[in-house]
Amino acid sequence: MEWIAPANPSRFLALAERLLPWLAAATALAFAAGLYEAFFVAPEDYQQGATVRIMFIHVPGAWLGMLGWTIMSVAALGTLVWRHPLADVALKTAAPLGAAFTFVCLVTGALWGRPMWGTYWVWDARLTSVLVLFLMYLGLIALWRAIEDPARAGRAAAALTLVGAINLPIIKFSVDWWNTLHQPASLLRVGAPTIHPAILVPLLVMALAFTLLFLTLYLCAMRNEILRRRVRTLRLLQAQAAQGA
Amino acid sequence: MNLGPYAAFIAAAYSLTTAVVVGLILWVLLDYRAQRKTLADLEARGVTRRSELPR
Repeated sequence: MEWIAPANPSRFLALAERLLPWLAAATALAFAAGLYEAFFVAPEDYQQGATVRIMFIHVPGAWLGMLGWTIMSVAALGTLVWRHPLADVALKTAAPLGAAFTFVCLVTGALWGRPMWGTYWVWDARLTSVLVLFLMYLGLIALWRAIEDPARAGRAAAALTLVGAINLPIIKFSVDWWNTLHQPASLLRVGAPTIHPAILVPLLVMALAFTLLFLTLYLCAMRNEILRRRVRTLRLLQAQAAQGA
Repeated sequence: MNLGPYAAFIAAAYSLTTAVVVGLILWVLLDYRAQRKTLADLEARGVTRRSELPR
């Protein structure tokens, strides 16, 4: 347990205060570079034309939607095994962010699909498993709101998160296991990426920008949740004092 | 910059993403302000955690 001892909420707050200005500045710079690359440097795709520019937000949205659940799964272990208070905070605050980026992935995918596939939506394995991920995020957020005791809510959410993690490999390999309208993996695959560097570089810069944005928002949301728990503790103390008087 | 015949789809995708990102930024900023204010109000009324009491 020595290795997680420094991860107490007060130390986390101090660290977040120091890191946030740098992360926010790095996010802004990465977005400036990424959007310039996406709109003024990247060429049009020979088949998809300018719609390939939707990929620069669609793919990072998908990546962060899955990253959110991955972080939550690790945090869920921290909640269930070590009962670490910061793990519970990390689990709870990643859910709205993961849901938001999964939503971005789904909607930008639909807006890309309409001109390229002729339809906004098909019930193929990739699209459906990402929709399931989005619904699981919403279910988890609802679960937290439904249980009043934060410790009980945290344990129930952690168990559900670990069960839901089974969907992550299904999303990743759905395009290999089933015949889907969605294209196969072109970045994270065995062998080199199949995207030309002229389009790959803007995509990677945008993915970096979105990841930095996620980290910045995540630190902010965790800081807010720690403060919310302090408020709850103070209110309980106030109520106890009022009862004792 | 010419976005071709599907410009509306590209614009809609980027507009929606911008709206979601702005919404998330506002959410964390307003929530932070609200929690800070509530904490300050409680502390001003003399409510403090046991760990913060003078020993």
